[in-house]
Amino acid sequence: MVNKDLSVSLCGIRLANPVIPASGTFGFGLELADSFDLNLLGGISLKGTTREARFGNPTPRIAECTAGMINSVGLQNPGIDALVADKAPALRKIYRGAIIANISGFSVEEYAYNCAKADACPDIDILEVNVSCPNVHAGGMAFGTDPDSAAAVTKAVKAVTRKPVFIKLSPNVTDIVAIARACEDAGADGITLINTLLGMRIDIKRRQPVIANKMGGFSGPAVFPLALRMVYQVAHSCSIPVMGCGGVRRAEDVIEMMMAGATAVQVGAENLRNPLACPEIVAALPALMDSLGINSLQEIIGIVQ
Amino acid sequence: MQKRLFQIESNDAVARDTFRIVLRGDAPVAVRSGQFVDIAIPDYYLRRPISVSDALPDGVVLYYKVVGEGTRAMSTMSPGTVLELLCSSSYDRGAFPPDPLRRSAPSPLFGLGSGFHPERCQHDALLIGGGLGAAPLYLLAKELLAAGKRATAVLGFNKADEICLADELKALGVPVHIATMDGSVGVKGFVTDAIAAAKPAFDRFYTCGPLPMMKAVCKTLDAPGEVSLEERMGCGAGFCYGCTVQTAGGPRRVCADGPVFDKEEVLW
Repeated sequence: MVNKDLSVSLCGIRLANPVIPASGTFGFGLELADSFDLNLLGGISLKGTTREARFGNPTPRIAECTAGMINSVGLQNPGIDALVADKAPALRKIYRGAIIANISGFSVEEYAYNCAKADACPDIDILEVNVSCPNVHAGGMAFGTDPDSAAAVTKAVKAVTRKPVFIKLSPNVTDIVAIARACEDAGADGITLINTLLGMRIDIKRRQPVIANKMGGFSGPAVFPLALRMVYQVAHSCSIPVMGCGGVRRAEDVIEMMMAGATAVQVGAENLRNPLACPEIVAALPALMDSLGINSLQEIIGIVQ
Repeated sequence: MQKRLFQIESNDAVARDTFRIVLRGDAPVAVRSGQFVDIAIPDYYLRRPISVSDALPDGVVLYYKVVGEGTRAMSTMSPGTVLELLCSSSYDRGAFPPDPLRRSAPSPLFGLGSGFHPERCQHDALLIGGGLGAAPLYLLAKELLAAGKRATAVLGFNKADEICLADELKALGVPVHIATMDGSVGVKGFVTDAIAAAKPAFDRFYTCGPLPMMKAVCKTLDAPGEVSLEERMGCGAGFCYGCTVQTAGGPRRVCADGPVFDKEEVLW
């Protein structure tokens, strides 16, 4: 087998491979440092962070579904100061790949404040601005379901950082392309999609929702075709790179996402059922590329017209 | 974290909706009481976290209750079936330090989560279990006895047909007091009624079972105690933050910071 080139270039940053654990499914990276060599990962998207520390939602926060799960963690995090002072520097000590800070907020000002803090942290390479969290009542997804709001957040954060800014979009919209274009026009360097779909389960014995917060974000292999469709639409309507996310569980899904137009591919819920999913996918890629006649992953990005 | 394959040696009903499963692996097992393993069940998306009731040199004994489709599927599995368990790759309390001379041997498997602390009991422990909460207390009793301490168990069940682990604990030499809600066996009422009736001597208690029972126990008993919490989990390994509870010491993940907490930490 010829040496396979797994590397991709994301906004000028070279990733050793396109595989990135998605925000919220990998903690701050350090939680898994004893499980495998994190340097096998092209990048790591850290847990969504707000200005203040947040406890998040009451439990139960997790509901199992067929081919997926619902989570309602509700942005539990230690706050932006802890991210830039402790979490990112600690991860950088053991990790050479791209560190992606996932930034949330409840107002345009908070997004800008958090991004300015993250901009000043040399250990953070990319900002991923989450305008799509379905699990908080104010803010969150509200900013990502309207093109004008998404653009306003994008403009505000671009004004305070020189790091690449990816806007993470919600699939709970009728026209994903309009929102992605609004972000691009407002200066976004890239788009991450998709976040989770708003979902619900009911415990029929208790006659109560399984999730304490009633609804939560649905993710897992069931959403892959929907995510792939949105990645395809956005990648072919915008000229900025896309990180594809949603239902990815194996190397084949990574290739498929990249053929649809993703420059990098995030793995989310699969980490929760298999903490070694990402390194297993990276390990499987070269043989799969060989069987498909692919020498470099970079060459297949968006190859499907 | 590591994923390891275990083979079902036996999987038998021992009480109403309650099964005892023995799993054998290919590596030494060093699980402490109060820890759990996270079992992948084919065709179900998330793993099932189940506390360890006994540690074998190369395996684990678990008790589980059929509460839904996943555990029902598990209850139909035959001996010989192979299951994938998520285990820890590291120990955190020093009870089983790795032996550097055994580098070439398969690396030992550790349980997930924090365990009980038998070493913090001075002389006499009281073990209080509700329903299937009795399961981890069996391994705890063995650890206490091995350390030269004494243990008394008080177990609560709804009805006689749910009773499990009482005979096994007695076989270790642990006095067992039973409370049933319908009075069919032992004291009629709650474990707190059985404790009041038996008046066991103890300097530390350990409890696992339904939250209202553990709350009543902690409010009633003055001695220091440890509580094993239960929560719906996502990853089971501390990185999804799906099972966080608020405690006196701030947010804690039941899977990784727990499931065992000092009673003072729990906000009832």
